[in-house]
Amino acid sequence: MEVLLFALSAVLSLAGGLGVVVARQPVHSALSLLVVLGALAVLYLTLAAEFLAVLQVIVYAGAIVVLFLFVIMLLHARTPETRPSPVGAQAAVAVPLGLALWVGLSSAALQLPARASRVPEGFGSTEAVGRELFGTFLLPFEVASLLLVVGIVAAVVLGSSPSSYERRGRER
Amino acid sequence: MTVPAGAYLVLSAALFTLGTVGVLVRRTALVLFMSIELMLNAVNLAFVTLARVHGDLGGQLAAFFVLVVAAVEVVVGLSILVHIFRTRDTVDVDEVDLLRG
Repeated sequence: MEVLLFALSAVLSLAGGLGVVVARQPVHSALSLLVVLGALAVLYLTLAAEFLAVLQVIVYAGAIVVLFLFVIMLLHARTPETRPSPVGAQAAVAVPLGLALWVGLSSAALQLPARASRVPEGFGSTEAVGRELFGTFLLPFEVASLLLVVGIVAAVVLGSSPSSYERRGRER
Repeated sequence: MTVPAGAYLVLSAALFTLGTVGVLVRRTALVLFMSIELMLNAVNLAFVTLARVHGDLGGQLAAFFVLVVAAVEVVVGLSILVHIFRTRDTVDVDEVDLLRG
């Protein structure tokens, strides 16, 4: 059962990843990314990370992909890709280099001791992660909240008064 | 855990490689962002796998913080992208070359 789930999710995520890279339309790339994120959520479940699986669906699939689709709607409805070939001459160099990277990373990963230890009941549940988050990782958690505030302020500043920016852009 | 951890790690490496190739090959800034997301997710999968292998929740927490940083990065990056599009009418990274010496 677990092997079947892993195989299915692995194939789906690899197909989605390939789709992100080779799709001609950015919309198709975004939808392929959604497939990858869903498959990874399933993999998290098989790895006893329930909380992260739910978070993956809510934050990534729910918020980030929607943001991507929103921006694609905003930008690409008006500008179809001027140069249609997404995979150009760089691919001839990039693909062999990528294969070399994959072989290197995989061989490094396979050196690790891969014997899974038994995990206690409730490992990766919301309660266990929450206890860890508000105990050992309290300071990083607060710093992360600060970072989110910085992100909100940046989005507001960059999003406000578009007219002045447009004027400056025209003068150039 | 009947599937060996190595299989998860090799899958993670493959996804990371796909993201890297995407960054190298594509020209649309939006797709570059998506490739970066792909790489972040590949690293998250490795974190969660190793958390399971070692029975240590620290790996899952690391993945959580990567998630938070990725969310902020996407928000700021996309709003910068919208601004570039407003002033220059393109998001093709080959044409946005004001800083070229």
